[in-house]
Amino acid sequence: MATTALHPAARTYRSTLYEWITTTDHKKIGIMYLINSFIFFFLGGLLALGVRSELAQPGLQLVADQTYNELFTMHATFMIFLFIIPVLAGFGNYIVPLHIGAPDVAFPRINALSLWMLPMAGILLLLSFFVGSVPAAGWTSYSPLTQDRPLGSVGPGQDLWLVAVVLVGTSSILGAVNFLVTIFKMRAPGMTLFRMPIMVWTVLVTSVLGLLATPVLTSALIMLFIDRNYGGAFFDPRNGGDAILYQNVFWFYSHPAVYIMVLPAMGMISEVLPVFSRKPLFGYKAFVFATAGIGALGFSVWAHHMFTTGAVYLPFFSLMTFLIAVPTGVKMFNWIFTLWRGKLRLSTPLLFALGFLSMFLIGGINGAFSAAVPVDFALHDTYWVVAHLHYVLFGGSVFGVMAGLYYWFPKMTGRMLSEGLGKIQFVLMFVGFNLTFFPMHQLGLAGMPRRIADYAGGAGWNDLNLAATVGGFIIAASMVPLLWNIFVSLRSGKPAGDDPWEGNTLEWATSSPPPPYNFDHLPEIRSERPLFDLRHGHAAPAATAVLPQSSSTSH
Amino acid sequence: MASDSHALTTQEHSPVAGLAHDQRGGISNVVLGMLLFITSEVMFFAGLFAAYFNVRANAPQWPPLNVETGEAFHLEILPLVGPATVLLILSSFTCQFAVWGIRRGDRTAFLRNIGVTFVIGVVFLVMQATDYILLYEEGITLSAGTFGTTYFTLTGFHGAHVFGGAIMLAVVLYRGLAGQFSARHHDAVEAVSLYWHFVDVVWILLFSLLYLLPGKAPAAV
Repeated sequence: MATTALHPAARTYRSTLYEWITTTDHKKIGIMYLINSFIFFFLGGLLALGVRSELAQPGLQLVADQTYNELFTMHATFMIFLFIIPVLAGFGNYIVPLHIGAPDVAFPRINALSLWMLPMAGILLLLSFFVGSVPAAGWTSYSPLTQDRPLGSVGPGQDLWLVAVVLVGTSSILGAVNFLVTIFKMRAPGMTLFRMPIMVWTVLVTSVLGLLATPVLTSALIMLFIDRNYGGAFFDPRNGGDAILYQNVFWFYSHPAVYIMVLPAMGMISEVLPVFSRKPLFGYKAFVFATAGIGALGFSVWAHHMFTTGAVYLPFFSLMTFLIAVPTGVKMFNWIFTLWRGKLRLSTPLLFALGFLSMFLIGGINGAFSAAVPVDFALHDTYWVVAHLHYVLFGGSVFGVMAGLYYWFPKMTGRMLSEGLGKIQFVLMFVGFNLTFFPMHQLGLAGMPRRIADYAGGAGWNDLNLAATVGGFIIAASMVPLLWNIFVSLRSGKPAGDDPWEGNTLEWATSSPPPPYNFDHLPEIRSERPLFDLRHGHAAPAATAVLPQSSSTSH
Repeated sequence: MASDSHALTTQEHSPVAGLAHDQRGGISNVVLGMLLFITSEVMFFAGLFAAYFNVRANAPQWPPLNVETGEAFHLEILPLVGPATVLLILSSFTCQFAVWGIRRGDRTAFLRNIGVTFVIGVVFLVMQATDYILLYEEGITLSAGTFGTTYFTLTGFHGAHVFGGAIMLAVVLYRGLAGQFSARHHDAVEAVSLYWHFVDVVWILLFSLLYLLPGKAPAAV
């Protein structure tokens, strides 16, 4: 204990780069999570533009079949494993310790490890472009498509993919352990479980999902790796293996993973909506139990991705899938009644949160349709599914991420983002998103299969596909005001002050950006809105009815 | 007014306000973290076990026939696997004796038992490697159909976890020799012992599954 990081001798000069690479500060790590995630968001977006450009017209104009398969495979891989999951973990990293009044996460060095595994995984995936065999079996990497044989994913690219995804998974598992210990053990005095911000609850449930589901994916990927490289027979029917087995172990992770990909975004808009409606969240406990309910039910629905295999018990998985609509519906009520008769401030974070609400609603409803077995039989592997998943993951999660970005950017940097540019981005993104993905519903209903590079000119799909392609480029254009906004703000943005939004939660009680170890002093925590209590304490006598926060109140 | 008195510090002389947070009693961060990590490991093995049961249920008979020899696969408990199992179970006891030792502040008992546990772990790995060599000579290999694939994947990943556990034990032993543990400060010992017990339990399940569970006769035609 002679020397610690706090020892004066440690204050010698270190370059900024060295400081960031070696940091264990959850805030810097959170920001690096976000930067890394957005790099892969843009790469994945470029690949998506490739996909949409090829589909703009019937016929193969730009790429060959195989290249097309590589495009959509890597698009989904980047977006899912290196954008959505890590970007939410990044916000969690930055916000959760602040939200619960902690100086850092429980295991800061493991936190840094979780972070640095992600760019490593990204590099492995990018390497596959240079070894001449980009994975082309879809992000699901079903066997036998992924087996090393003609018409499969030949070559080392798929192996790089497997290793990369195992790395991402390990990062998620370690991150989940970190979040759970932090949330259970590091809360400030007075921060009881039911006074935690909803964001923290969603990260908690997400971490439980990640902890229990991700290792199963790891086992699936390792078995596939053994099949591909060491003559294993897990998924190969020729040697007594079972191709459906892969789908089971894959979806046992990947269905809970869709909640991993959306719950923290739900938490983020649940922070934004009360602040910008000037009301507490309607039905706090109901929301918490709904979140836990989604997490629990999330483990019993994986086989709804496999209805058409004929190898799963349809009524059970269909029923459980419908049941998930119940806690999700509870949350819709929470959000709508938070807005109801609120004093709305239509700032950019709220706009994106409203975008989440409306788009996620569509994604939820078309998802519930697909839970019906006969409907699923008709729609399986059509563009309907592409529409559904993008309404949930883009219309839901990405809009939520943008809401969070605009909401917390002032806290992270001390600078405001421009409202004007933010609104331009919102309008472009909202219009582009719907133009891209709404037509896919009709395309799916008309029978257009997903993951196909070409379609017949006479099938009547030309106009809708063209519309979707135009929409895709509008989404891409909406990134210009975002990047410009960030650039301008970092150079000369309006100083944010500690609490630009009149927030409710503890992160607004410290400076922007917060100092190392976050807080010098904390306000008293008597409710889930300690900052509201601080501002309006004299007007909130109800708060005194709550239990005293700790013995330290008697000072 | 009162806000000053609600500063994070729960220990007056803590160098940084709030660093004392995780010392409010209850389970320590390290032990809780290890328990959660073990939970994820349980799910990892659950995936592999599920695969094993799946291929076993799909097979017409179990153990299946070796395509090379035409005979059903067969695994021998003696001379290696049975003694290795006994040793590994024994090592869970020595590991626990080490924990109890350091809880009393008895460093000698702690170091001795951790040392024995580590040695048993290494011996187990050597025995497993020897067994693998013998199996390969008999033609039971990783690529010998579902039987070999599941056998080597399950036991191999268990072996990898024994290896990991042995490294942890070595670190604990090293730190113990350096005098870093006491009756009050030995979270790492508690955490590593939990991991070692987990590795032991996985082996007991694997051994029961692979060596004791009766096979499945071919369906009568």
